[in-house]
Amino acid sequence: MSHIIALTAGLSQPSSTRILTDAMATASQNELEGLGDLDVHIEVIELRDYAHDIVDNMLTGFASSRLEELKTKVIAADGLIATTPVFSQSFSGLFKSFLDVLDQKSLINKPLYLGATAGTARHSLALEYAIRPVFAYFRAATVPTAVFAASEDWGDTAGVSGDLESRVARGAKEFATLILGNNLTTTKAIDELETPDFETLLRQGGIEF
Amino acid sequence: MQFGIFTVGDVTTDPTTGKTPTEHERIKATVAIAKKAEEVGLDVFATGEHHNPPFAAPANPTVLLSHIAAATERITLSTSTTLITTNDPVRLAEDYAYLQHLADGRMDLMLGRGNTGPVYPWFGRDIRQGVELAVENYALLRKLWDEDVVSWQGKFRTPLQGFTSTPRPLDGVAPFVWHGSIRTPEIAEQAAYYGDGFFHNNIFWPISHTKQMVALYRRRFEHYGHGTADQAIVGLGGQVFMAKNSQDAKNQFRPYFNNAPVYGHGPSMEDFAEQTPLTVGSPQEVIDRYAAMREHVGDYQRQLFLIDHAGLPLKTVLEQLDMLGEDVVPVLRKEMAAGRPAHVPDAPTHASRVAAAGGHKDSTVYADADDVTGASPTAQ
Repeated sequence: MSHIIALTAGLSQPSSTRILTDAMATASQNELEGLGDLDVHIEVIELRDYAHDIVDNMLTGFASSRLEELKTKVIAADGLIATTPVFSQSFSGLFKSFLDVLDQKSLINKPLYLGATAGTARHSLALEYAIRPVFAYFRAATVPTAVFAASEDWGDTAGVSGDLESRVARGAKEFATLILGNNLTTTKAIDELETPDFETLLRQGGIEF
Repeated sequence: MQFGIFTVGDVTTDPTTGKTPTEHERIKATVAIAKKAEEVGLDVFATGEHHNPPFAAPANPTVLLSHIAAATERITLSTSTTLITTNDPVRLAEDYAYLQHLADGRMDLMLGRGNTGPVYPWFGRDIRQGVELAVENYALLRKLWDEDVVSWQGKFRTPLQGFTSTPRPLDGVAPFVWHGSIRTPEIAEQAAYYGDGFFHNNIFWPISHTKQMVALYRRRFEHYGHGTADQAIVGLGGQVFMAKNSQDAKNQFRPYFNNAPVYGHGPSMEDFAEQTPLTVGSPQEVIDRYAAMREHVGDYQRQLFLIDHAGLPLKTVLEQLDMLGEDVVPVLRKEMAAGRPAHVPDAPTHASRVAAAGGHKDSTVYADADDVTGASPTAQ
């Protein structure tokens, strides 16, 4: 049984980023089922619907209850699909703002399948140079294939590195394999109240008691 | 149950007039607000400590509190907070014990770490060591108050050999200490370990979070053998703005809310009021909201309201205090007393702590001699 959250930071409706996300989600479901997991739940969530909550969280320091629910879902997921449009050579501000309000322990060892869209193929390495490193900071288990889709990909069948559909399938296969074979300790919940007992704190400080 | 106010001493432009108070006006207004708090029957006035603009809160709260002690008779003076990280615990022991004498015991203090990174290096400290500083400095502060002669070695200050902090605490009973923290479980743990009070300044936080922090403190208070969990000493923050008519309160406060430091230009006032204890409305709405707080955190001991920030002019703040003292607190006192179990204590006061320690006593440490005035009379 796999619970997957697909987060998309596309802004227009409908957005090409959302279309890519849906393709990545469907391919992931197919791959997981092909590997014998017949109980796959994938929920696609548009960060646009949380835009105000995310900015409010940045300003007030706490999450609204609906944003808190979303964070909990992301943390509890067995795998994460994350997609963003490329703006100014990098992820959208909304995508990064969500990461900024997410606890940095949230994605440790979590299988992660990245995707991005842009108007031109000149942005294609933004995924590798701008987006992938952020998830290295989160210590996520990002799969080797990240899917980039430029405008021409939506009508093309054989781009530079093969057609979009086959790239999506390749990433999905890596993602599914990683989820089902994931033996690493993955963050599934965060206990914000975790603390050593006070005598340990005194001992660490070299204080007699 | 104690009710009072706490101030951060911000110097903020009044968004409705564009006028910004001078430091002098803000400082004098703070004194007027404290005196008014006593006049309308509140129990506690607490001041923040600040070292940077836009604040005109004292760098050493005992300066302001000593002045207010001389100008008042009943109100308990406290802090919100005293920085346990960047102040030398020796100075804290000395200054707050001196205040305790001047105020005849009518004081306590709340310790906090301070969340402004740049303040730490101004005092030779590093914010990354905030928790370690709070642990070591408080361990020393306790010792300086509880023991007449202290030898000490720690990581953060010069060692002490046979040191006596003066004056000794009044009646040999140290000021009661609250530990304030919003999201650091180590501080709740510290408060529990010593059997001190725990104050959750929840004004910018959802009650679900406050509830968890208080529950942790209560559980650990019992674990360390200071009493049952429901006997732990809990304080909460609060934020209100009132008018007789609910809609008038919202209309009057909205420009202050929208431009306020911290949360201004963020969530709508309605969303923020729903998610935090902020209550903007009639006195009855304030009563209803705060009477229900104990359903989340259990019966507690101290409720402090923030009422003087975001550029609200003094006249408005004094009107708010009138409503708080006349319409709200008397009713809340009754409602909070109803159904409160007898074994839940009140907030400790100097009188109750002296009684628990066996009565008044002279705690002076008479030195044998010094090289200025010669031999001590007791050493002859």
